[in-house]
Amino acid sequence: MKLDSKVPEGPLADKWERHKFNLKLVNPANKRKYDVIVVGTGLAGASAAASLAELGYNVKAFCFQDSPRRAHSIAAQGGINAAKNYQNDGDSIFRLFYDTIKGGDYRAREANVYRLAQVSVNIIDQCVAQGVPFAREYGGLLDNRSFGGAQVSRTFYARGQTGQQLLLGAYSALSRQVATGKVQMFPRTEMLDVVLVDGKARGIVVRNLVTGQIESHSAHAVLLCTGGYGNAYFLSTNAMGSNVTAAWRAHKRGALFANPCYVQIHPTCIPVTGDHQSKLTLMSESLRNDGRVWVPKKVEDAEAIRKGQKRAEDINEDERDYFLERKYRSFGNLVPRDVASRNAKYVCDEGRGVAPTGLAVYLDFRDAIKRDGMKVIEAKYGNLFQMYEKITADNPYKTAMKIYPAVHYTMGGLWVDYNLMTNIPGLYALGEANFSDHGANRLGASALMQGLADGYFVIPYTLGDYLATLDYAKVPTDHEAFRATEEEVKKSVQDLLDVKGSKTVDEFHKDLGKLMWDYCGMSRNAEGLKLAKEKIQELRQEFKNNVKVLGTNDELNVTLEKACRVADFIELGELMIDDALMREESCGGHFREEYQTEDGEAKRDDDNFAFVANWEYKGENQAEVMHKEDLVFENVKLTQRSYK
Amino acid sequence: MNMKLTLKIWRQSKPDKKDAKGNFTPGGGKMETYALNEVSPDMSFLEMLDVLNEKLVKEDKEPVAFDHDCREGICGMCSMYINGQPHGPDRGITTCQLHMRSFKDGDTIYIEPWRAKAFPVIKDLMVDRSAFDRIIQAGGYVSVNTGVNVDANEIPIGKGIADKAFDAATCIGCGACVAACKNASAMLFVAAKVSQLALLPQGKPERKARVEKMVAQMDEEGFGACTNTGACSAECPKGISLEHIARMNREYFGAKLTSERV
Repeated sequence: MKLDSKVPEGPLADKWERHKFNLKLVNPANKRKYDVIVVGTGLAGASAAASLAELGYNVKAFCFQDSPRRAHSIAAQGGINAAKNYQNDGDSIFRLFYDTIKGGDYRAREANVYRLAQVSVNIIDQCVAQGVPFAREYGGLLDNRSFGGAQVSRTFYARGQTGQQLLLGAYSALSRQVATGKVQMFPRTEMLDVVLVDGKARGIVVRNLVTGQIESHSAHAVLLCTGGYGNAYFLSTNAMGSNVTAAWRAHKRGALFANPCYVQIHPTCIPVTGDHQSKLTLMSESLRNDGRVWVPKKVEDAEAIRKGQKRAEDINEDERDYFLERKYRSFGNLVPRDVASRNAKYVCDEGRGVAPTGLAVYLDFRDAIKRDGMKVIEAKYGNLFQMYEKITADNPYKTAMKIYPAVHYTMGGLWVDYNLMTNIPGLYALGEANFSDHGANRLGASALMQGLADGYFVIPYTLGDYLATLDYAKVPTDHEAFRATEEEVKKSVQDLLDVKGSKTVDEFHKDLGKLMWDYCGMSRNAEGLKLAKEKIQELRQEFKNNVKVLGTNDELNVTLEKACRVADFIELGELMIDDALMREESCGGHFREEYQTEDGEAKRDDDNFAFVANWEYKGENQAEVMHKEDLVFENVKLTQRSYK
Repeated sequence: MNMKLTLKIWRQSKPDKKDAKGNFTPGGGKMETYALNEVSPDMSFLEMLDVLNEKLVKEDKEPVAFDHDCREGICGMCSMYINGQPHGPDRGITTCQLHMRSFKDGDTIYIEPWRAKAFPVIKDLMVDRSAFDRIIQAGGYVSVNTGVNVDANEIPIGKGIADKAFDAATCIGCGACVAACKNASAMLFVAAKVSQLALLPQGKPERKARVEKMVAQMDEEGFGACTNTGACSAECPKGISLEHIARMNREYFGAKLTSERV
């Protein structure tokens, strides 16, 4: 299979401008003759649906939640990056591009990342025009703060609720289009397959989650804006409903899945307390602007803390190990997420963890409160501190927070070209669902940027180029291809109901999560991955023979919804393991213990692994085939990523 | 110390029906009693329901359907009365953030769906809140298309106004305000959006039409009238202030007296 990334010729800074000019256009009067399906209504989906409807296309938008406003982008806390250089601190489009490429450990496509940095400035303009209430200075201008992996202040924020405010902005734009009739909205609806006609994506099959009805929708193009697959680990910061099903079913229809092993483990989450735990809560990275990360120097002190005999306040200054500040002098507590997470794991492995489970480090605001006063800290982080206290019953104004890394974001996803189209003509992937911009590690405040860049400023240009090559004629949903796909979906749902086994869906999901976390989590090795592959195959077989799903398809059936999603997570998990085993290097979030420098940093192998690994589905129980897209770096020099 | 609890939960298999004329037919349902042992005080309320549901599935009984998603208090999906209070006894949080340490061993807990004509029950504890979406569609936005080329800092907004607008904008659309109100009024929800956009310069051009259209839609959806008891604000997980209702009233009267809908 030949993969054409369609990256335009010419100097990096001119590529997007030149490409936009060369893209085919659809005449304004003809746009209304094309139908577009958008699956998912997070930042990428809502912004794409609204923007395309404004242009005149007929849009059908789908989400599994009860309202598009609830997509999980809403939970993003910290901020959104943009190369505005409002702070006069040396930021530029090139610097944002450079930081993002370096932060991704040189495993992203240069041209895509540069475009992302270019349009980042338009995003802020757009959101402000919509009435998004970003934080402001007293003079009325926009405020910024710093995030990990950058030495400039380029992060725009709305207290600790930036994702919420940006999503509500996109949701309001979407709502306006729903009111005009240009967008038809389908909430509580889950996509279960994509329909191909003559090799092109021409529609989807969905399940109405209220009635259980399986139905088809036809269009000229399908956009998957369905987020990431962090819930393969069961415990993650993702929403309970976040799932890989749309992307995975597209994969099984031929879309290549890129770099599935690239998973971001976020360093600042509230630690696990017990087996009942259903999800993990993130504490924004912005906290690392003022909070200092530490553990006791002595194992005995850590032990006393774990037994409840001592508290953080009882440990003297010279008995504390501020390990990030110690190891990374220039970035300190603001090293990128993968580095911070790995170091937290190291100190806990040494027996210096501070929660009863041994799996936590401190994030301490004592010095910041002393320096800036309680009021300033409250204004910056008040809602986060309140959330922390509600969950843990500890008051972070008085005692250090406890944090531990948790699965947060997936850099891997469907392969897309420069136009965001997968290798299936007419099938696009936007936002976290694609692989394109973050390489092997995403920097903080870049997910919101990418979701909105794709939806507001990329797809409105690139989609027309494809649609202009298509007939206006619609494919009716009683077409043979729709009927056949519907039958397959119905059968797969019925198969789950027919097993009538004895182990619950959640039990399977927890088993899967533990397996993935233990062997394909923060650090991996060949031996463990091989063992995990055997175990996951057994788990998959057991799921087929013994899963317990009550009820019928023709009703609101929550267990059935979960079963469909977990079945796909198990299959994806195996591919993640394959990918992690194949990639014999360490880069970003993918840390292979066999490949590290003397001081324990990730050791890349640029000669042999500077490529995107794209996996092709070959059928049930067949090994997937990998296709490489070589990464060419013309504008940055590949070096060992150093934050010291 | 693990706790033993008695749960009284509303079970409803058939949805409530609301027709185009606003006639409401309840789907019918009843409170069922469940005993649950081994509840850890560290569990969130929804994790406690997860434990119950696992138990029910193992006993071949239908699990309780409830809405939930982000489980960190921001998506607004979870929606239930706990002992008669929206989102339970604790202030300033949603059900998903409520932890079982707020209860005592031996407690009996009553769990019900939001009760409002405008929020028909779909099943058990799930309700249909699409009325909120339709109110936003009626005017809860600034009419700008993608591609405005005005630099963000060309619209300076004083910090005081920006903060006030932000306070209103934190609404998560959960519906607790409606559930808390004896009249099932949606005034706080509508006011939060009207107030946010009325405060900001971006919202000014459509200010009058917006409040008129949103209030008209609110009335059409069958929400009740506001009598300023303040229950909505007291139960709001984001603590949205009654001052926004006052501002909306002012906006509304102003718009009606000097309507630009010509």
